[in-house]
Amino acid sequence: MKSLRRTPQSLWVMLTVAALAGVMSLVSEPFASADNIFNVSRNFAFIGLVALGQTAVIATGGIDLSVGSVMGLSGIVTGLVLGSGQPLVLAAAAGLGCAFLCGLTNGALVGYLRLSPFVVTLGMLSVARSLALVISNNKMIHDFGPDEGLVLALGGGRFLGLANPVWLLLVAALGAAAWFRYSRLARHVLAVGGNENSTRLAGVPVARVKLTVYVLSSLLAGASAILMIGWLGAVTNALGQGYELRVIASAVIGGANLMGGEGGAFGAVAGAALIELIRNSLLLLGVDPYWQGAFVGGSIIVAMLVERVRRGSRTAG
Amino acid sequence: MLQLRSVGMQFGAVEALQSVDLDLAPGEVVGLMGDNGAGKSTLLKIVAGNFAPTSGEVRLDKRAVELTPLSAREHGIEAVYQDLALCDNLSAAANVFLGRELSRRLLGVLPVLDHAAMRRRSAELFVELGSDTRPADLVRRMSGGQRQAVAIARARLSSPRLMLLDEPTAAISVRQIAEVLELIRGLRERGVCVLLISHRMSDVFAVADRVVVLRRGRKVADKATTDSSPEEVTALITGAIEAA
Repeated sequence: MKSLRRTPQSLWVMLTVAALAGVMSLVSEPFASADNIFNVSRNFAFIGLVALGQTAVIATGGIDLSVGSVMGLSGIVTGLVLGSGQPLVLAAAAGLGCAFLCGLTNGALVGYLRLSPFVVTLGMLSVARSLALVISNNKMIHDFGPDEGLVLALGGGRFLGLANPVWLLLVAALGAAAWFRYSRLARHVLAVGGNENSTRLAGVPVARVKLTVYVLSSLLAGASAILMIGWLGAVTNALGQGYELRVIASAVIGGANLMGGEGGAFGAVAGAALIELIRNSLLLLGVDPYWQGAFVGGSIIVAMLVERVRRGSRTAG
Repeated sequence: MLQLRSVGMQFGAVEALQSVDLDLAPGEVVGLMGDNGAGKSTLLKIVAGNFAPTSGEVRLDKRAVELTPLSAREHGIEAVYQDLALCDNLSAAANVFLGRELSRRLLGVLPVLDHAAMRRRSAELFVELGSDTRPADLVRRMSGGQRQAVAIARARLSSPRLMLLDEPTAAISVRQIAEVLELIRGLRERGVCVLLISHRMSDVFAVADRVVVLRRGRKVADKATTDSSPEEVTALITGAIEAA
């Protein structure tokens, strides 16, 4: 999409990632090790995947706070179906099906009944997490049945030196970038975020556009959860807890405008990379992990301040 | 082309329009004037198909029609509203084609937006309108005159016969007003009929062939601008002169 090319934010974030990585490799020996790079890239792949969907939601002027809980619910359902001896395909379909229903509910309430996205998805955050607890009966699931090897290989394996989730993120990001630039739906997503009323007057089915982005966001959360249980080798109902903050931070740092109308695929991935890099750097520098929340939360606020300054100078110029 | 025959519009006890006759011909610019509440917007909404008149009839090409917003468009009637309804975050071309995007098929199957074709066609429309608007520019960075050009180009896309412009020169600078008036002249040259609603006397006398004055829901004047004067129209609007 145009805004991606014109808005250099994703580029700035990538440069920041490169600069931070450069500094870290000088001050911390373990940073540049193959193992650490592998871990960092795999960790942000899970977040980046979900951030792609979140970016589409934010571009309509909405927000999806439920992604972390949807990950938990999808992970639990997938784990349980696997544990009951079903093949991975069926289990994944069940997990993604739950995610789809969550997204459908969010999207219908926001799009057709015009409820506030913040309130609807905050409600879903609680509902989906609670369902995960109910279904799992608060037990950890680590028996993945006959397809266990396949699940572990999918989320935990590697290919040509990169973790499988990283490859999937790369494919998804390229797909999303093409989607933002070339699809009519993405054009309508940005139009809704820019001026909902005029988009409606132009004959665009605004409610359906909104429904679609919430469904996409949930489906990506579900897919990420399935990869994640393969990496972790087990799933608890706490899977994805608090991830909504990292996901939203990734999208916003990557240039998605919370007022709607702006956002791109590469920005979301770059934002996720930056956050994971900051987390990793803090750990390697020996900063107490308790501080991580402060840095992730603070980075959202800083990103919004930067956006405000950019916007302010733009109107002045 | 379009004729209103003793059109009346009642909202409860309020008669917004009373027995108004109006004839619009291709390539004609008609200025519609009147004080607030005189019935200008009601008339515009009847022609755009938003309201069905409570009495009288609307005729297109001598046949009575019942207009809806959709059928009005199909009949070649496009309205450009005062608030313009543009997406600031998108390019001029994206706004012109919003909801009617052109696509091509990649490898014969996958539908993708045809950015090049949309930019080319928008550029043609802007040239036709005599505007310096560039298709790839974001609307956010445009002047009021350029925004008008985008809104008018969007309406022009379907090659309408009649364009309804609601206060196109309100809230823009003097230089931009000149641009918008030029856009209107460009439309007339292409045989489009323009119904121009405006408060600005100088604009109406600058571009309109004919001026129609409404006062309290009645048509009190309908004459060539060359046979009238701003003073006369002001007197008609305020009621200092009953009719002319």
